[in-house]
Amino acid sequence: ATPDPLITEVQPWAQSFGDGVDATPYGLPTAHEGDVIRRNVEWLTADTVSSINFTPIHALDGTITPQGCAFERHHSGAIDLKKEDYRLMINGLVDNPLVFSYADLERFPRQNHVYFCECAANTGMEWAGAQLNGAQFTHGMIHNMEYTGVPLRTLLEEAGLDTAGDLKDKWVFVEGADASSNGRSIPMAKALDDCLIAFKANGEALRKEHGYPVRLVVPGWEGNMWVKWIRRIEVMDGPVESREETSKYTDTLEDGTSRKWTWEMDAKSVVTSPSPQSPITHGKGPLVVSGLAWSGRGAITRVDVSKDGGMTWETARLAKPGEKMALTRFYLDTEWDGSEMMLQSRAMDETGYVQPTKAQLREVRGLNSIYHNNCIQTWLVRANGEAENVEVS
Amino acid sequence: GKLGLGRTALPEEIAAWDGDISPDGTGLPVGSGDAMDGEEIFADQCAACHGDFAEGIDNWPKLAGGADTLDHEDPLKTVGSYWPHLSTAYDYIKRSMPYGNAGTLSDDEVYAIVAYILYSNDLIDDDFVLSNETFFDVEMPNADGFIIDDRAETEYAQWSGEPCMENCKEGEVKVTMRAMVLDVTPEEEGASEAIEEAAEVMEVTAAAEEPAAEEVAVVTEAAFDPDLAKAGEKVFRKCKSCHQIGEGAKNRSGPILTGIVDGPAGAVDGFKYSKPMKAAAEGGLIWTEDELAAFLAKPKGYMKGTKMSFAGLKKEDDQKAVIEYLKSVGN
Repeated sequence: ATPDPLITEVQPWAQSFGDGVDATPYGLPTAHEGDVIRRNVEWLTADTVSSINFTPIHALDGTITPQGCAFERHHSGAIDLKKEDYRLMINGLVDNPLVFSYADLERFPRQNHVYFCECAANTGMEWAGAQLNGAQFTHGMIHNMEYTGVPLRTLLEEAGLDTAGDLKDKWVFVEGADASSNGRSIPMAKALDDCLIAFKANGEALRKEHGYPVRLVVPGWEGNMWVKWIRRIEVMDGPVESREETSKYTDTLEDGTSRKWTWEMDAKSVVTSPSPQSPITHGKGPLVVSGLAWSGRGAITRVDVSKDGGMTWETARLAKPGEKMALTRFYLDTEWDGSEMMLQSRAMDETGYVQPTKAQLREVRGLNSIYHNNCIQTWLVRANGEAENVEVS
Repeated sequence: GKLGLGRTALPEEIAAWDGDISPDGTGLPVGSGDAMDGEEIFADQCAACHGDFAEGIDNWPKLAGGADTLDHEDPLKTVGSYWPHLSTAYDYIKRSMPYGNAGTLSDDEVYAIVAYILYSNDLIDDDFVLSNETFFDVEMPNADGFIIDDRAETEYAQWSGEPCMENCKEGEVKVTMRAMVLDVTPEEEGASEAIEEAAEVMEVTAAAEEPAAEEVAVVTEAAFDPDLAKAGEKVFRKCKSCHQIGEGAKNRSGPILTGIVDGPAGAVDGFKYSKPMKAAAEGGLIWTEDELAAFLAKPKGYMKGTKMSFAGLKKEDDQKAVIEYLKSVGN
């Protein structure tokens, strides 16, 4: 064999200096990973300020999504709002309507939680057939971060809920400070359960595109409800039935009736590698099949992987025990014989729910639901290691 | 216990922000408007994206049509065919529209626009006056078309339990559909570019610490009026939902406007112009300030068949201001 010059010859990086500590006061990813970026699908929407882009999940590992590549969804663009200009109002059926400054929020006892945020439309382009060739595009409307914030319950109690009377049939209406305002109605039970008024993600301030300085976190529920730049919370007798909860984010069934209030994100998983944007390049032999699983109804308990399009399954290894409403990383440490594979993954959550096939979903819902497509995904991996998004019998 | 943080919200503050309208009409302001008033306002404020007849342009939402399509393949969901509550239309238009200039419509204007949308959906007659009092005389065709999430009953039980591990399918598993067939995936040309860009960003960051060696000379034209350009920037908000200008501008539903003043018509790369605009371009049309002013005053009057569905800038001051702004950014 020929000796490797990368070893036998002194390389420039081993001879002279690299960057000094001040080269990038706020660090950037190495240029060698410059393709690990959010991507937009231009034909999806009319305008990028009311649009969505996709997390490069095919190129990430672990479970935490770096903020810089966590998908964005705006309805009127990502606004620039300073902490000093930020106000949060609580009004409606409360004992004392209140206005908080950003500084006020930081004086309440706070918590840390890791949660996934998935757009209800994630995988929505795949209802009628395999369409987009890449896990980033089929499943990238998701991110998973560690949030720091104040429980919504704490703020509601600060304003006082005696006036509201019986809380069982009460709602909160939440809206953002941006031009879209994106108002959503949330049942009081959820508001008092685990919603967070968050100002940090992964340890640092939220990014502008994720609602700086303050956003709402609604664990396990569709991303549209996680109102960014949240400016107002109103305790109400009923839902507002706003545009985002009637004309959008409702799921039309085959007979033309539509489901509303489909807030929870059902258990779902996807193999992130190998996948169309992350082909096998090493030939046969040891292969790590890796992917993500999550459920809005609790913790992931098990993920199975099939190499033959769902004929036989083997149980994958969870990198860590599943956590409620957070991404779980799974691995299948396997041996690839170099033959074609139809790779699938199937998640189970603590309720005993098993991720359905596309055929099962279509049987109940038809093809027009748009939202909440949590079907089992198939990647056809060829002998040359390349992968393609397909559907199987 | 309470911490005593925050301060009491003042009634004026609550009034300023609490504008939501409930399905039962709670929150509806006193006011009125009809479809005839609405048509004009709609042409000015909404038609650039939603079309003159609420039919929608390109990928922008269609607001009319689609009756009885909800059980078809690709149903057309509009205010008329899909929305269960009329309050939603008022609520949304009042707070979030016009796109790029939200919250600027008066209560009566919103009533008039909602009336025009209803009229476009054949849900009211042209002489119907929509007001807080007549609001519930309008029947929404799909009011009964929604059920509350029933996944717990229709899905969870049948998709739970110990799943199959062996021989789970009958017969050989075959590929039935391939994404390659449709091939609508964006190309990742960004990949190598992004690496270069990231490298550039790093260089810029590094360089930023050094004092600027040379100032870029600022060239201003003699006749340029910065105050007028500033006023024009405000006027340009009306154009922004379709047009971009300056560094990094892209074609949207309208072409990039960088360099448009005194530039040739129909010349932006990659924009699909209307036939009459192409013809004008071939005829050598130059967007002098006078030509632009005439076009902006009434686009469809100036050029029949133009794709620009904007009603026009009626005020001469607005035309002048926006042209000055276009010069300031683009030329």
